[in-house]
Order: sequence, then structure tokens, then C-alpha cells
Amino acid sequence: MHTKTLKELAQSLRKREFSSVELTQAFLNRIKKNQHLNAYITVTEEIALQNAKDADLRLANEKADLLTGIPIAQKDIFCTLNVKTSCGSKILDNFIAPYNATVVEKLNQAGAVMLGKLNMDEFAMGSSNETSFYGAVKNPWDINMVAGGSSGGSAAAVSARLAVCATGTDTGGSIRQPAALCGITGLKPTYGRVSRYGMIAYASSLDQGGPMARSAEDAAILLQTMAGFDKKDSTSVDIPVPNYCSGLKNSLDGLKIGLPKEFFGEGLNNNVAATLETAINEYRKLGAEIIEVSMPNLKLAIPAYYIIAPAECSANLSRFDGVRYGYRCENPVDLTDLYTRSRGEGFGKEVKRRILMGTYALSTGYYDAYYLKAQKIRRLISEDFKSCLAKVDVIMGPVTPTTAFGIGEKMDDPIEMYLSDIYTIAVNLAGLPAMSIPAGFIDGMPVGLQIIGNYFAEDRLLNIAHQYQQVTDWHQHTPKGFK
Amino acid sequence: MPLTANDVIKIAHLARLGINQQDIESYTKDLSSMLDLMTQMGELNTDNVEPMAHPMDQMQQLRPDEITEENNREKFMSIAPQVEAGFYLVPKVIE
Repeated sequence: MHTKTLKELAQSLRKREFSSVELTQAFLNRIKKNQHLNAYITVTEEIALQNAKDADLRLANEKADLLTGIPIAQKDIFCTLNVKTSCGSKILDNFIAPYNATVVEKLNQAGAVMLGKLNMDEFAMGSSNETSFYGAVKNPWDINMVAGGSSGGSAAAVSARLAVCATGTDTGGSIRQPAALCGITGLKPTYGRVSRYGMIAYASSLDQGGPMARSAEDAAILLQTMAGFDKKDSTSVDIPVPNYCSGLKNSLDGLKIGLPKEFFGEGLNNNVAATLETAINEYRKLGAEIIEVSMPNLKLAIPAYYIIAPAECSANLSRFDGVRYGYRCENPVDLTDLYTRSRGEGFGKEVKRRILMGTYALSTGYYDAYYLKAQKIRRLISEDFKSCLAKVDVIMGPVTPTTAFGIGEKMDDPIEMYLSDIYTIAVNLAGLPAMSIPAGFIDGMPVGLQIIGNYFAEDRLLNIAHQYQQVTDWHQHTPKGFK
Repeated sequence: MPLTANDVIKIAHLARLGINQQDIESYTKDLSSMLDLMTQMGELNTDNVEPMAHPMDQMQQLRPDEITEENNREKFMSIAPQVEAGFYLVPKVIE
């Protein structure tokens, strides 16, 4: 059962080949058998089986959605009513969410089955899932390698078939990078397309939730339910949601693909470059025209991002103070001691590093030199994308400079880890939608191809990804030991 | 290095963030390397560039000032570290 796609499973459930309860039990068994991947923080077995029973009733009454009865899992950044929501942090290890995130609520309404909550870098700060309080997630293709981050649990679970699909969030590449490293399909929507209500904030002007699945078609089905205006999120954008599945079959004849020369320069591994070239040739065969474009300010995306994201994180994470919820230190002597020790003991090293960086960037006398400057550079990067997208329909390039690296390999050098985000973070600064799709393997490890589109062009991205997946089978490969 | 250990201690205090004595050196080094990376930004003239806060330059949505949420006081207090008679408890603030 676990080898089928979301679409196939939805059909099987309708034909009564098996029930949602049977399907859910099969996934729960797989999760139990594969705990060594560390993909889940919490498995919600009782909720899952109850959801499945409800879904079976709904399926019998023919009032089902495509997601009804499908076992999925939530990144542990989304608040889930009465279920632990840790955000990968010790400071929220005891936090039982008192409400549902809008994304969770929508998926519940659609009748999806929640298997559990997925591991992630602490507060989504990391590119390897090693900053999680619950330990690193292992890459199903090689358990000595990182799964990527911050949605590493989501990527590993989908890749190893421990969930049919999963939610993720992307602030600087946190959906696309783990999707690439684990060989699955991930989509970061346009900023404002998916509600951030109940999604624990890291950098509010960059954070965006999105689907992680085995194929573009499955991602389209999941996004269909996740997307939409939400009055509870003041930055949510009130634009109708198109039908993401109806355009999947459109021809790519005449599609203009831009390749920014800065994406293929120094720093990109030769084998990754060669793999991407093969993928782009596939698009040529599908009728696309390839055009070289330029992103002159791309390299400034890293400094701008590592000012803006930490600045916003230092403000957002000030709510964790040991007073109203979460971790509180033992025997505080006064209020300052209560704040300082609760936060000091509750946050991990990477989170502290970013809070310190952000606090410094926003402190008196430095605001103009850092935060304001970074916001101006953000504008220039966004203009770079605009001028590229005036000439072409989509931009393609790498997701990561290399395939997955070893667990522990980069933990001593945070800057090196930041530099590996170069191809993904510019997209967040501009607020554009982008996907990562499987495009091949190097020494058995997956390579992702990034497709960046114009604002609210998620339907076009999914169409372009789907057409590639009709002529290639990279997305159908399953890691050994998880078949 | 652009930052000293004393700077890091001051920043940590501003953030009300406890850091271990033995980690101060590595934070000083890491933050200094980050700031070195930031100097690249200074090389670009941005005098006439409008800062960008929201990707769509959208204005914050406003809504009528009406009560829309129900009162969940007990539910929220049930997950707090320490409460008494409907209040959150913290160490004594005024002597």
C-alpha cells in the first residue's frame, strides 16, 4: 500500500480495495519499524486511527475529498490542538498546543489522517536537522548523511514512505533543500499563499508553509487544501486559489526557461552541474527554450538574509520567557533570572547564535547599517528576479551546491552551513514560489532541480514539474530498505 | 575581530539570554565571522533604494474592532508553568 501515490491511494480507498484504517495501520507499523531515522518527534497513533475511522465513514457516504483517509504528517512547527508541538526545541518540549494552525484545521476538514509530528531543526533554524533538541534526522538514502533542514523529518518520512505526504515550512530553503537531499518533491509557495496562523514564527516576513510529497501531482493535491486567504493571518493574500491539478497536463512547448549564470558558477559541484544539465536537456526535448539570464546581486542574498532572519527571530522568540507556557528554569531568584535562565537553558546553540545576531543588528546605533541596509538589498534582489522573469517564464537552477553531507560534518562551522543556502534564500527574500524536484543521483544520493516562478504561479510550477515527471522516473525511486 | 567577549555579554543581556561562560569565546568568533560576511553589503551603494519589508509591499490587513475570540483563560492557564487564582506567577518584582 505504501508504494502508491496519493492519487492512487485516493482511488483505492474509493474502490474499497482497503480501508483508511488498514492503510493507516500499515503506515503506523512502518513508522514503528523505522524509528532509527528519527523522522517523528511524536506519533499520534490514537488520533490517526480515529481520523481513519471517521474517514472510512465519510468515504462510504461519498462525501470525500481527495485527501480523505490519506495518512499524512505535520512538521512539528504547526500547532496541533491537544498534541505536543515542540518546534524541535527543549523550550517547547512540554507545550501542548491549545489550538490548531489554520493549515492543520484545513487538512482535518478535508479528512486527512494525522500520523504524527515531524522532526525539524530547532525553530526551523538549520540546514541539516542537527539543531533539533530531539537529535538529527537520518537520510533514508544513507543513514550517515543529513536529511537536510529544517523540514528534515518531513523529507525523510516522505522519502522512506513513513507518510504519504507531509507539511513543511520554508524560510530560507527549509522545504526545498531537504526535499532535494532526500529525493522528494517540495514546493515553497508565494509569501502569503498559505496561512501562517498557528505556524510557530521564525522570520515572519519570509516564513511560508508548503507541501512535501513524492510527485508534483501529489504536491498539487496537498497544496490545494493548504492554500488560501485566512483572515487570522494579516499577511495572508486575498487572491482566489486556482485548481492546481487541472493544468498539470498542459504542454511545455514554447516555455522559456532562464538559467542565471550566477547559479552555475563557482561553488557548484561539477557532478551536480552535470546532473542539472541533463535535466534541462529533458526540458529542451519537451519544447522549452533555454535563455541565459543574470542575477547580479545574488551573492548579497546571504548577508541580507542572515541579518533579516535573525533580526526577526530575535523579536519573535522574545515570547518564550518562561512565564505563560513552555520551559521554566528551577528556582528563579528574580524576574531577570527567570527570563535569562529559562531562555538560556531552553534554547540550543544555533537558536542562541541567531538571537544574539539579531539583537545586535537591531540594537541602538546599528539598525541603519544592518537591518535597513539588508532590506534595501532585499529590494535589489527582488528587482533582479523581476527583470529575469520579464524575459522568461521560470528560472531553473540547483537547490544545493552538493548532495547530502555527513552528519556532524559542518556543525563546527556555522558560516559554511549558511553559505550552502545560496540558491534557496534569495527566493524567500523576494517572496516568490519555488519547487525542488528529483533530477538524478550522484553515488546513490539524490540531486534536486529548483524551479522558480512568478508570484502566485504555483500552478505553472506544478505543471512544469509534472511534465518532467512524465518523462523521467527519478521521483519514483525508493531508498533501499524502505521499499 | 569586530566583536569582543564583552560585546557578546552585553548583547546576551539585551536579549535576556543566558549563555554559558565557556561558550562566550565561540559566540564571539561566530558573530564576528557573520559580521565579516555582512561587510560585503557595504560595498553596494543603496542610497536611492526603498527598503523592502513585505514581498508584495502589501499593507497590513485591518479588521473592525470587534471581539472575535472566545475567552480561553482556563485553557491557556492550564499549560503555564505556575499560576494562582487566575494569575501567572513570577518571582517578586517589587520589594
